[in-house]
Amino acid sequence: MLRRFDVHRATSVKEAAQLRQRFGEDAAVYAGGTEILLAMKLGVARWPHLIDVKRIKSLNHISATKDMLRIGATATHWDIERDPQVARMLPAFARLEANVANVRVRAAGTLAGNLAFAEPHADPPALLVALGARVVLESAAGSRTLPVAELITGMYQTAMAADEIIVAIEIPLPAEDVRVAYVKFQILERPSIGVAAVATVRDGRFVGAPTVVVGAVDEMVRSVPTAQFAGADARDAGTHEALAEAARSAVEPTADLAGSVEYKLQLVGVFTQRACASLMAEAS
Amino acid sequence: MGQRRIHLRLNGVDRQLTVEDQILLIELVRGLGLVGTKLSCDMQVCGTCTVLLDGRPVSSCTTLAIEADGRSVVTIEGLADLAPGSEVPRLHPLQQAFINRFAFQCGYCTPGMIIAAKALLDEHPRPDPAAVRHWMEGNICRCTGYESIVEAIGDAAELIGGAR
Repeated sequence: MLRRFDVHRATSVKEAAQLRQRFGEDAAVYAGGTEILLAMKLGVARWPHLIDVKRIKSLNHISATKDMLRIGATATHWDIERDPQVARMLPAFARLEANVANVRVRAAGTLAGNLAFAEPHADPPALLVALGARVVLESAAGSRTLPVAELITGMYQTAMAADEIIVAIEIPLPAEDVRVAYVKFQILERPSIGVAAVATVRDGRFVGAPTVVVGAVDEMVRSVPTAQFAGADARDAGTHEALAEAARSAVEPTADLAGSVEYKLQLVGVFTQRACASLMAEAS
Repeated sequence: MGQRRIHLRLNGVDRQLTVEDQILLIELVRGLGLVGTKLSCDMQVCGTCTVLLDGRPVSSCTTLAIEADGRSVVTIEGLADLAPGSEVPRLHPLQQAFINRFAFQCGYCTPGMIIAAKALLDEHPRPDPAAVRHWMEGNICRCTGYESIVEAIGDAAELIGGAR
């Protein structure tokens, strides 16, 4: 059912990077396979070589410091949703991970693979962008860190060089009084829309501007311009409606199986308001 | 490269096999005559091809056979156990509960449902109905048997719990 290819099992990041360099566009990095094997079965992509990174021991760790979660590139959604540190330090992200696709995809698929494939209908990017998360990339030439917001540049497009691999995702932990929400809706296996909201609320008002990021309706996630909402009444339905309008203006939905442009704009408005409600329902 | 020797424990039996890299796990198990594992959507959506890989439920339609190297694979055929000296296998409590509840019509989704449910009960021996629904939402039944499936899994949890 799949055309012939060779799997190369790298045992170090260095070896994986060298294989990337050697095969260039003829190779894909392979971990869970939940995206690339599908793409190959559908015939929309063909790689004669897969570089298996699952045997690189240093990549499967999830660790935490007091201000950052670091998720290794081969950690699966299954690992992340069960990790006690993630559940304690970033419960909204643990919940997101527990609702990615289905249990089988979570058991095999990795967060790093989700980001590297840059499928627009995905859950993690919106919240990761809202939290200011970064990816750590390595190549034979060295290592660099890139915000998730700059990693994904379009549909199935990233800013990664052909010889780079993701080694980890770093998520800065929000301060204690920061509220974090992610709401989504889907009728298929992937989200039709996901909205992430991050804000500090004191005495019923936003401290600074809230962060709102809309995912899955567009070719890539969109950050909503919210500067005008700094200090706004966070409980007021009028504020939520105005944020919803700002979100609708910030996206350029594409019509697909998940719905028409008009339908998606409606979803953006409704789910931005729900994200606001979810933020306010959170104990700060 | 291209072809390699793998060692796996398949339904409790150690096997050594030679497979090509692009062969899928479902092709491997069905090729060995274990045809209880079904192919349907071929894109990890429906769950009919679910098998356990080291206890985790995976879509065998989108898992390479070489991933089974050094690991255990359980298919629906591995659930019933044959008591020493007996010729009639004893059904797994999940299988019995599905029969008791008539939790299927055409039966095509059933092997995947039962394997997915086994992974659930192995991790959460007493799941509430909401947890069952969440875990099983990636397994699709087109005969609309969901209520009885959720009930059967609850029954099986009690059966297994009672046997402990």
